Amino acid sequence: MAQGAELRQKIKEVMVEELMLDFEASEIDDDMAIFGAGGLGLDSVDALQLVVAIEKHFGLKIADAEKAKGILQNVNTIAEAIEKEA
Amino acid sequence: MRSILITGGNGGLGLGIGRYFLEQEGDAKVWLGVRANRTNAEALIAEFPGRCEIVDLEVTSKESWEAAVAKIVAGDDRLDVLVNNAGMHADHLLAMMPDEAWSSVISTNLDSVFLGCRAVIRQMMSQRFGRIINIASLSAVLPPMGQTNYAAAKAGVVAMTQTLAKEVARSGITVNALLPGYIATEALSHMDADAEKRAKAGIPMRRFGTPAEVAAAVRFLACHDAGYVTGSALKIDGGIF
Repeated sequence: MAQGAELRQKIKEVMVEELMLDFEASEIDDDMAIFGAGGLGLDSVDALQLVVAIEKHFGLKIADAEKAKGILQNVNTIAEAIEKEA
Repeated sequence: MRSILITGGNGGLGLGIGRYFLEQEGDAKVWLGVRANRTNAEALIAEFPGRCEIVDLEVTSKESWEAAVAKIVAGDDRLDVLVNNAGMHADHLLAMMPDEAWSSVISTNLDSVFLGCRAVIRQMMSQRFGRIINIASLSAVLPPMGQTNYAAAKAGVVAMTQTLAKEVARSGITVNALLPGYIATEALSHMDADAEKRAKAGIPMRRFGTPAEVAAAVRFLACHDAGYVTGSALKIDGGIF
């Protein structure tokens, strides 16, 4: 399992691919907000797809909405949750 | 290989849909979701060995849905199509309707569709492909007297279909509803000759539909090429409106 910068890069690539974003992975900063204005501007439907993608690619199961809220803040928080489970 | 789950797999319509897939698609693997009665399903399996299986499924149970989907995905590594077909009637005029007739019809026809869709949706999202076809009823839009429970449940299925279609549209999943009118299955077997004559007189085509005619519409909505059709509610009723 990738860690650190390599993991964060992989997360960005998964986000771009699975969410069909009009961004390059290199345009996403590690601490850029995933939801809301000023960040990636994703919505709740994207969040669900991201939950499924994270489980599929990294094996991290996010079972409930409260847990998802904490993890899906930015690339760093996703990476930290994956590293914690590894 | 396409993995297809059909609920109500021992009944006339479920069997008709299953048979149609098996006859029309050489790579179709059909799972018939059944509860206690399975004689008819077993007969279809015998006709298509290796391509058709039974999966135990109590459609009103969350746990049963989870177990059924886990079994299918363990076997096929995917689940492409869900046909929510299981249903029941318990017709009464509202003023005389027992609580049980209301709750059982809502549970079997509406709760079951919610539970089924929720059970498969993550798998389909991870595949970035899925087809959900919910068998509603013409009663959802043209409700006859005596079916406040059934009509409410089926109208709920249509609304759920349209809502879910929006939620998963970006994930390669389509969700559509079919609204069959009178279809010649055991569900109409209670009808006496006079009632049948009156019913047919109200149908512009003057005949009941067949399970294969419903199945053809199911198969269209389930195919790859129907990928831009979602949230639709298609009547199959010989022209009643």
